[in-house]
Amino acid sequence: MKATRRDFLTSAATAAGAAATGSFANADDQAHGHAHQHDHQAVPSDMALRVKSLESLLVEKGLVDRAALDALVDTYEHKIGPRNGAQVVARAWVDPAYKQRLLMDADKAIAELGYGGLQGEHMVVVENTPALHNMVVCTLCSCYPWPVLGLPPVWYKSAPYRSRSVIDPRGVLREFGLELPEEVEVRVWDSTAEVRYLVLPERPSGTEGLAEDALAALVTRNAMIGVAKVSANREGGAA
Amino acid sequence: MNGIHDMGGMQDMGPIKEEKNEPVFHHPWEGRTFAMYRATGAWRKWNIDAARYSRELIPPDEYLRMGYYEKWYQGLVDLLTASGLVTRAEVETGKPARGSTKSTPPLTPEQVVESVAKGVPAKRDVSVAPRFQAGQHIRARNINPLGHTRLPRYARGKRGTIDRDYGVFVFPDSNAQFRGENPQHLYSVRFSARELWGEQAKLQDTVYLSMWDDYLEPA
Repeated sequence: MKATRRDFLTSAATAAGAAATGSFANADDQAHGHAHQHDHQAVPSDMALRVKSLESLLVEKGLVDRAALDALVDTYEHKIGPRNGAQVVARAWVDPAYKQRLLMDADKAIAELGYGGLQGEHMVVVENTPALHNMVVCTLCSCYPWPVLGLPPVWYKSAPYRSRSVIDPRGVLREFGLELPEEVEVRVWDSTAEVRYLVLPERPSGTEGLAEDALAALVTRNAMIGVAKVSANREGGAA
Repeated sequence: MNGIHDMGGMQDMGPIKEEKNEPVFHHPWEGRTFAMYRATGAWRKWNIDAARYSRELIPPDEYLRMGYYEKWYQGLVDLLTASGLVTRAEVETGKPARGSTKSTPPLTPEQVVESVAKGVPAKRDVSVAPRFQAGQHIRARNINPLGHTRLPRYARGKRGTIDRDYGVFVFPDSNAQFRGENPQHLYSVRFSARELWGEQAKLQDTVYLSMWDDYLEPA
């Protein structure tokens, strides 16, 4: 880390030097450019061994049941994921009364479809409209609505997203390929408590004839975080 | 604590990298770490706020270097040893200390589905008077505690408006250090992006935070 930090400081000093010679225009690019040099997340090669060792210790001491660990991994790898949230969104699109319940009392409405629980005990659903775009972040850690979206992707938990979403949401959305009109309100939800947010995206035009299941297939995880819109032409699921 | 975890508003962290068709866990050890954290939580030796605090206490250079589940592993080891469930020596050797007794795991495989479906609600059904009402103007307090807090630096001292009252919730600042749940009203608070970031922000853009009574004062 020390070498990396030195690289970072050298790079920052270089950027400052460039600025001093009158090249302010690219200050943003340079600030982002140095990030490539301190690309973290290099995992020590012995993590697998350390974790295996801890697991056998906990099993031997009777602190955990190995089969319970298997069941937990299986639950989040195969049973709980963004397909759940996509079902909620599709239902809200086809059933105005459901949508009303969802926006008024998300916990109950989501439970109607059989979802809820860990890290989604207190849900709020926020609706995107042509005039309002909602997006969700957790600047302090990685809070995310597990029952409807599963475990968060790496980018959601990463420093770049956590740091910039609140100060430059439009820039972040551009990085995801979403350019919003100037006049739209961008509303960022920073998940600082145990309340979890799900974005109800706009139903795309051209989907009037689609059934609920076909609509659900269009809904992406990113649209439910609020970093994308739903497109009428989509292949694959919400993974 | 004004730590590296409190990232809102920093600008030098690089581009956002989205991985296509990302797996839930990139390595089996990540899933095992996740599962061990959940299963040992069933001992009720700590709470979610203490768990977050354990990861915030990772030194900043390590915090930035580590991957997500590496931080979870580090936090888990710290929680396990601080709570006395295991010793550092046991973690190092991977073997129970001589003469230690064998426990019965509190989370059985049969209970996993139900425990996930039930969750761990942070809302408390107790009667506590709210200090603020929807529509009221507030200022986030300027506090800099050395312990755990969920009041990000970027909002401190800023003026906002109560959007809605979520009800009574466990207060993380005290709960993280086992000083009681101190349940109090939690609000959704609206801040204009201009109040937070100045002229560079769009006039109509907003940031909503969840904030407890103890974070707020009348504006």
